[in-house]
Amino acid sequence: MNMELSRRQFLGTAGAGVAGTTLGALGFGGVEEAYASTIKPFRLVNTTEARNTCTYCSVACGIIIYSKGSLAKGEKADITHIEGDTDHPTNRGTLCPKGAALISYVKSEQRLKYPMIRRAGSDKFERVSWNEALDKIAKAMKADRDQNLVQKNKDGVTVNRWTTTGFLAASATTNETAMCTYKVVRSTGMVVFDNQARV
Amino acid sequence: MFPPIPNPPVTATPAKFGDADLVRRSASSVPAPAQKLTPVAKLIDVSKCIGCKACQAACLEWNELHEEIGTFNGTYTNPPDLTPASFTLMRFTEWVNPETDNLEWLIRKDGCMHCADPGCLKACPAPGAIVQYSNGIVDFAHDKCIGCGYCVKGCPFNIPRISQVDHKAYKCTLCSDRVAVGQGPACQKACPTQAIVFGTKDEMKQWADGRIKDLKSRGYKNAGLYDPPGVGGTHVMYVLQHADKPSIYAGLPDNPRISPIVEAWKGVTKYVGLGVMGFAAIAGAFHYLVTGANKVTAEDEENAEKLTQGGRS
Amino acid sequence: MTNSWTDIKNADLVVIMGGNAAEAHPCGFKWVTEAKATRGAKLVVVDPRFTRSAAVADYYAPIRQGTDIAFLNGVMNYLIQNDKIQWDYVKAFTNASFVVKEGFTYQDGLFTGYDEQKRDYNRSTWDYEMGPDGYAVVDETLQNPRCVWNLLKQHVSVYTPELVERITGTPKDKFLKVASMMAECSAPNKTMTSMYALGWTQHSKGSQNIRCMAMIQLMLGNIGVRGGGMNALRGHSNIQGLTDLGLMSNLIPGYLTLPTEREADFNAYMSTRGFKPLRPNQMSYWQNYKKFFVSFQKTMWGPAATAENNFAYDWLPKLDVPAYDVLRAFELMDQGKMNIYFCQGFNPLQAFPNKAKLARALGKLKLLVVMDPLETETARFWENHGIYNEANPASIQTEVIQLPTTCFAEDEGSLVNSGRWLQWHWPGGSPPGEAKTDVFIMSQIHLRLKEMYRKDGGAVPEPIVNLTWNYKDPNEPTAEELAKEMNGSVLTDVLDPNDPTKKVLEAGKQLASFGLLRDDGSTAAGCWIYTGCFTEAGNMMARRDNSDPGDTGAYSKWSFSWPANRRIIYNRASCNLDGQPWDDTRKLIWWDGAKWTGFDVPDIAPTAKPRDVGPFIMNPEGVSRLFTRGMMRDGPFPVHYEPFESPVANLIAPKVRGNPVARVFKDDFAQFADTGSKEFPYAATSYRLTEHFHYWTKTNHVNSVLQPEFFVEISPELAKEKGIANAGWVRVWSKRGSVIAKAYVTKRIRPLMVDGKATHIVGIPIHWGFVGAAKKGFPANVLTPFVGDANIETPEYKAFLVNIEPTTGPVA
Repeated sequence: MNMELSRRQFLGTAGAGVAGTTLGALGFGGVEEAYASTIKPFRLVNTTEARNTCTYCSVACGIIIYSKGSLAKGEKADITHIEGDTDHPTNRGTLCPKGAALISYVKSEQRLKYPMIRRAGSDKFERVSWNEALDKIAKAMKADRDQNLVQKNKDGVTVNRWTTTGFLAASATTNETAMCTYKVVRSTGMVVFDNQARV
Repeated sequence: MFPPIPNPPVTATPAKFGDADLVRRSASSVPAPAQKLTPVAKLIDVSKCIGCKACQAACLEWNELHEEIGTFNGTYTNPPDLTPASFTLMRFTEWVNPETDNLEWLIRKDGCMHCADPGCLKACPAPGAIVQYSNGIVDFAHDKCIGCGYCVKGCPFNIPRISQVDHKAYKCTLCSDRVAVGQGPACQKACPTQAIVFGTKDEMKQWADGRIKDLKSRGYKNAGLYDPPGVGGTHVMYVLQHADKPSIYAGLPDNPRISPIVEAWKGVTKYVGLGVMGFAAIAGAFHYLVTGANKVTAEDEENAEKLTQGGRS
Repeated sequence: MTNSWTDIKNADLVVIMGGNAAEAHPCGFKWVTEAKATRGAKLVVVDPRFTRSAAVADYYAPIRQGTDIAFLNGVMNYLIQNDKIQWDYVKAFTNASFVVKEGFTYQDGLFTGYDEQKRDYNRSTWDYEMGPDGYAVVDETLQNPRCVWNLLKQHVSVYTPELVERITGTPKDKFLKVASMMAECSAPNKTMTSMYALGWTQHSKGSQNIRCMAMIQLMLGNIGVRGGGMNALRGHSNIQGLTDLGLMSNLIPGYLTLPTEREADFNAYMSTRGFKPLRPNQMSYWQNYKKFFVSFQKTMWGPAATAENNFAYDWLPKLDVPAYDVLRAFELMDQGKMNIYFCQGFNPLQAFPNKAKLARALGKLKLLVVMDPLETETARFWENHGIYNEANPASIQTEVIQLPTTCFAEDEGSLVNSGRWLQWHWPGGSPPGEAKTDVFIMSQIHLRLKEMYRKDGGAVPEPIVNLTWNYKDPNEPTAEELAKEMNGSVLTDVLDPNDPTKKVLEAGKQLASFGLLRDDGSTAAGCWIYTGCFTEAGNMMARRDNSDPGDTGAYSKWSFSWPANRRIIYNRASCNLDGQPWDDTRKLIWWDGAKWTGFDVPDIAPTAKPRDVGPFIMNPEGVSRLFTRGMMRDGPFPVHYEPFESPVANLIAPKVRGNPVARVFKDDFAQFADTGSKEFPYAATSYRLTEHFHYWTKTNHVNSVLQPEFFVEISPELAKEKGIANAGWVRVWSKRGSVIAKAYVTKRIRPLMVDGKATHIVGIPIHWGFVGAAKKGFPANVLTPFVGDANIETPEYKAFLVNIEPTTGPVA
């Protein structure tokens, strides 16, 4: 009924100076007709909650992730909403414009979904399997390390230092990821090792 | 700190208000509700606002609105105006206080004021497209909206916007879906500094008193509450550092009131009765009366034209 | 942060300088508005721009970027001249009374021992006079002209309000107003908190910026108290954790340091680390260094780390330079000395200075591996995006592997907030496509290397083949397993020496605190400062009791705070010499006659008598330092140095360019604009906007709506001078590159009068690039100079020179 009752029609009819029709004929129901509620059903009913921490700054606001499906029950979980956690002492449920739009990050079209490779001189990325990508990385590392690890310096001191391969560590990964990363990187003798704290 | 509202429920809870609590309905009447809900209000304390736009982000996310990515327009106000998808907007004003010669960055969250005496509802010709609940929430029923835009003209604050996609009017609902389960609006929940708080209108007025005292102690001698009587008071109120000059806050009306034409329109419907007089005739007359009396841009008119033609073809 | 976000509510004065908390940390800033609303606290903002923080400040003072030390040394001078010092605190809890060695001097911007060729100091005179008893000499009367207090007084005396105005551009009356507001907090019942971030760190003298304010806080007696402290507002959600866990060139978890090649053996290494007390009775907690180090080595190599092989000391690499920081890494890459580079959740093409150099350097690699949840410019550095990224893919031989990782919403584990709280989180959604956790990727790389080295041998295979990997599923250890490893456990039973039938520690048990760690190999702990986070009582990081006895803001039962669940560090200093709180309304801990007790975990041995043991237990002095000895490369007191690119010469030391000991690579020096350059006359600064997070949120629709397009901010005065219209297009260029942007002509930026001359400021937000949902744009690092802080190499993003002109829109 929307377009039949466009403003132009109002103007046109009225412009003719004739009250040519009645409300009912224009498609409005009787006033006594049952009112359709304007209030939408509450979106979070029957969602699963997960307590999490905002991924952006170090205020580390408590958030609740609402999803359809439960990971705890071994199901696939599709996130439908993210909101501040009122129980959290720091943020008390509030979020900033980034935190309030976290789901926009989770569901971003820019999320990476598959391992990709860009070959030397190529102008595009191509799909690659995880195994192929990881094998390639590990082999390249071993070749470089075997060739370039500095075992002793010029004074004969054991230094076991690897400077031709470097690692920039993340800033939003967990401590546990960081611990794992540290062990793997440092055990190779890598020293070109840094993180976002530097900048 | 104003006590935060507990986290939202994830199990079905009975709505705290609904159709039985309607006190007004556009272009029609409602029976008086059996009991009146306690009026609610959102208080926006401009002096605590840091202009972070968390309210805008939260509003877009909660209401699943898709706003377009625009361009930089020479201000932090983005998008540049309210739209059918942006129910709320931070409006930034760089104001040099003539008394102190200091720059003040006035940041006002714009959006529906939920007037006690709602001009949009009174101007609306579509029965039931705009309703008012006894707690003060003014809400739009989109299935009944005809996209005529009179609500825009009837609104002393220039708030509703007509969608070019579905030709319906949109504005802030005060998150009626959240309030119905005992939550506050999404913008209020997100607001990092509690520049937005939500509660009963009495609580909000009392809370505002404390804030105004604090501001006065810091030299804002004209600090005060914006709850304009010209529209019967509002269910969205502001604490302003300079309550004597609301218009410095990106054109907040100094003394908003419903256009006398809208009041006349209300009189006509009441007196004549809807079944008696041709509705379109009244609407047309109303349009004639209103044009010019309220601000509707040429662009609005042009859009309306396009809309109509598009609909006919 | 010495304190926590929630503690800010206890402040009387909040000073935001070197940061923009309202913009960058809105939900933490809540506690500022809370202090204002409930305590009547005042907020002061000192910044080159009228920021979102300034919008709600009680007082705002402008300052030219890169001159904070002149301002703050001026404040110290003001405090001394006006006797606004918390004397009891300064005398008892700082090294004010320590006597400095003969031979230490300062003149014309330089301290004793400067070597211009090496751009370094011989710091041997920057130390205390040592007495025959082996302790530092002190003069508690502060009469000795060579005691720290008198040297400091002399050092800052040149920074008069008049000189401060000439250097900083801050009008004298505004400077004095800020200084007097700070001075009020010298009263024992008034506290000031300092909230700072990259506005202080991103300078060639960033460490000294911070040190200045720390000294002021000590002079006012504001360290260790509720509502006080030095509060570094960390940037990313776990940048604190990554630093704690030592993911840096020269670190071992828990702020232990990697050996240098001068430390040929374990004894040599330990000889410079187990600090002996410099005053009688002091705890000098680093005396326990060996326990922490050995427990770390046992975590890495378990049974293969033995007393006989010095706990595998030689399996750690030894450094030949202070650090392989990111600037050095890209310099080496650009010289063709690097072959493989990993970027884990990091976008260096946008994040480091001088984009042209970075892109050139990446093009010299054999392999670039990018692990990220999102598309990044770095992964696509070889792709041509017209003016936004001019590249010829055919000529770039670097192979790029891009691995999709999970994000916060899909993984489990802990993050450390700025206030040192380790907070556990749980996943809420399934990862998209084939995305995997970083733990999976790192494990797979390790297992492959391990297998190849075991089978085929190679260069020094031992540290790789012996790395402990005792996880239930070696392919992807769980967060809980790794957390337990960080915390540490008992490896072999430790028996009570008095009663060998009793076990003090039982093998296999999680350790409850780092006080239990041992240097004999019987304990392991991945990160000693985290010990206590996952004990026999369970996962302390997952605690969610938000009660707060005494309403102190401590929330001691929420998550776990390192060290030892302490919420305010140096909290012993919240009490006077007799162990009673300076301010009864802000009690934190106190001496009850027999022990320390209170709302927080005392930062001192529980039975250490108040007058015997000083509050700064990590320092061998037992007190804090107004004079840092030789611990900072650029001086024991802060000196005003201009940025490397500055519109004016240094007024106090005209011959000194920039920080005299900051490391500058040769080719980069050639890319600096001259001091007072006519070619580049405007002082630029780069910064963040609240709507965006670095280069991540431009990939998000909502944040791209809220701030869609790159712009630069200039004053109406400069706009008029250059004929630039608001929202009109401008070209901005430095000696390193050129960008096109919209102009925002705003009253929030004003020219500053610097030594009688108007200096214009150009503000450059950093958030745009050539991938994402937002409009394509230029990142600020096209313009920024390749030089870092003298102590920690954080790049000088906050102060550099540019030129600007109106232009037409971009032709992409």
